[in-house]
Amino acid sequence: MQEMTEIRWHGRGGQGAKTAALLLADVAFNTGKYVQGFPEYGPERMGAPITAFNRISDVRCTIHSNIYQPDYVVVVDETLIASVDVTKGLKPEGAIIINSAKEPEDLRASLSGFSGRICTIDANRIAEECIGRPIPNTPMLAAVVKVSQLLDDEAFLKDMEQSLAHKFASKPQVIEGNLKALKRSLSEVKG
Amino acid sequence: MAIRERMSGNEAVAYAMRQIDPDVMGAFPITPSTEIPQYFSQYVANGQVHTEFVAVESEHSAMSCCIGAQAAGGRAVTATSSAGLALMWEMLYVAASSRLPITLSCVNRALSGPININNDHSDSMGARDSGWIQLYAENNQEAYDNFCMAMRIGEHKDVRLPVMCCQDGFITSHAIENIELLEDEIVKNFVGKYEPENYLLKKENPLSVGPYDTVAYYMEHKKQQAEAMKNAKAVILEVAKDFEKISARKYSFFEEYKMDDAEVAMVIIGSSAGTAKAVVDSLREEGIKAGLIKIRVFRPFPASEIAKALAHVKAAAIMDKADSFSGCGGPLFAEVRSACYGLDSKPVLVNYIYGLGGRDVVTTDLKKAFNKLLEYAKKGAPEETYYHLGVRE
Repeated sequence: MQEMTEIRWHGRGGQGAKTAALLLADVAFNTGKYVQGFPEYGPERMGAPITAFNRISDVRCTIHSNIYQPDYVVVVDETLIASVDVTKGLKPEGAIIINSAKEPEDLRASLSGFSGRICTIDANRIAEECIGRPIPNTPMLAAVVKVSQLLDDEAFLKDMEQSLAHKFASKPQVIEGNLKALKRSLSEVKG
Repeated sequence: MAIRERMSGNEAVAYAMRQIDPDVMGAFPITPSTEIPQYFSQYVANGQVHTEFVAVESEHSAMSCCIGAQAAGGRAVTATSSAGLALMWEMLYVAASSRLPITLSCVNRALSGPININNDHSDSMGARDSGWIQLYAENNQEAYDNFCMAMRIGEHKDVRLPVMCCQDGFITSHAIENIELLEDEIVKNFVGKYEPENYLLKKENPLSVGPYDTVAYYMEHKKQQAEAMKNAKAVILEVAKDFEKISARKYSFFEEYKMDDAEVAMVIIGSSAGTAKAVVDSLREEGIKAGLIKIRVFRPFPASEIAKALAHVKAAAIMDKADSFSGCGGPLFAEVRSACYGLDSKPVLVNYIYGLGGRDVVTTDLKKAFNKLLEYAKKGAPEETYYHLGVRE
């Protein structure tokens, strides 16, 4: 793995993109990495475009700015592609991971000439079928782990199981649904 | 054993507060410091601390509450930002001049206007003459460490002054990063019990705090306050030495990064120091002798030490995340330039106002400032000394 992996998340206020970025920081931390997870703050409101960031590396990163040349871009809401330049600065050897039911190549034309790897995952459907609600952040998290290979699949699942068990101790049915969503996402991500 | 954790800067400060278990917290929420009283009130509700949490109706009352509690012989803490600190203004001076070692976590945010919730240092820099000791943090680790050290500094008998522990709003307050925490008992023992010599409710020697001070005494009291601030320097170093024993982390008035043979240097405060370190590293790879000084203690200002650290450089950029609208530079610039006045061979000093209202501080902009320094180092004096960095023309 390269020295540092930088990830930029695009979502809409209320969709959990920030939570997903913080969760990714958590799981990477649990596997021994140095992490940063932070959102770009402003006068947010539900539905407005928001950005969140991750830096993950084997040594502490002292840089405290936003990320302008990410290795990976994660788009939690497909409709953002029309209004936000989501591939801006994305390294051509990196990848973009989009929450979409479409095939990756069907989205290339709308990504302002991005020539790198495009991945899609139907996170809303997975969430609806496994968790019962269209909250895409859990399956998106698994897709990022799969595409970036930041963490080993099994180690990731094991860690998530522990943190979900801790978080939802009183609601075991939620744990099972989330784990199922993670597993499906790991195997269903395309591209 | 250090505890390996990850948490935001706000959570780190709240965690330190829990370990210290102060007697009173008086707080009123304001972005981006709100999470600190929020986390802390959970500790109170869970019975993890014995603290009396006073949910006041304004920041003026929050500081008044802390003043009352500390004067009564208790240990008081609060947290605030921006306009919240501004609303405490009058009481900040009362706390300092009454020699009450209150500890305040300031999560730095721009002070309006126009209204803005993001980071710069205009709130705490405005309070630089209020008589509070000011410590600044680069990241969550330093925010935690500074808070653990604050009370030992402020409560020392030679000091008896309130301490403001600052960190950058959102940039570190809301970013999850790795941190090494100390065990509860270690922090508790390090901070120790607050045992003031005299206090309001001491029945053997009752006293009044903050009465009218007549012309006959006022200036003597102010001289004592000034002496206390001077005394704080030795105490800050002493506490840092003790803290190193329990944490293996070294602190001083400022951190010198690759300064030994530096020809050009940047003097900077807070989270952007980390970003600037990455720039120094890349310049070093190009063979340029760049270095950095990160200010941790702004009050008292370590003037002679700064002058010594800068004496051998050719040019230095003094970075201010706040303007004082003097028309000739920000507050850090004024201090550093004044500190260097007595040097026989003075470095070229320029000032950059940067990162106001959350303007992202990026490596490319900081590199531009360094490149300019290289020019000045060659040419001598620059045309001007007061610039803005990262601003659209």
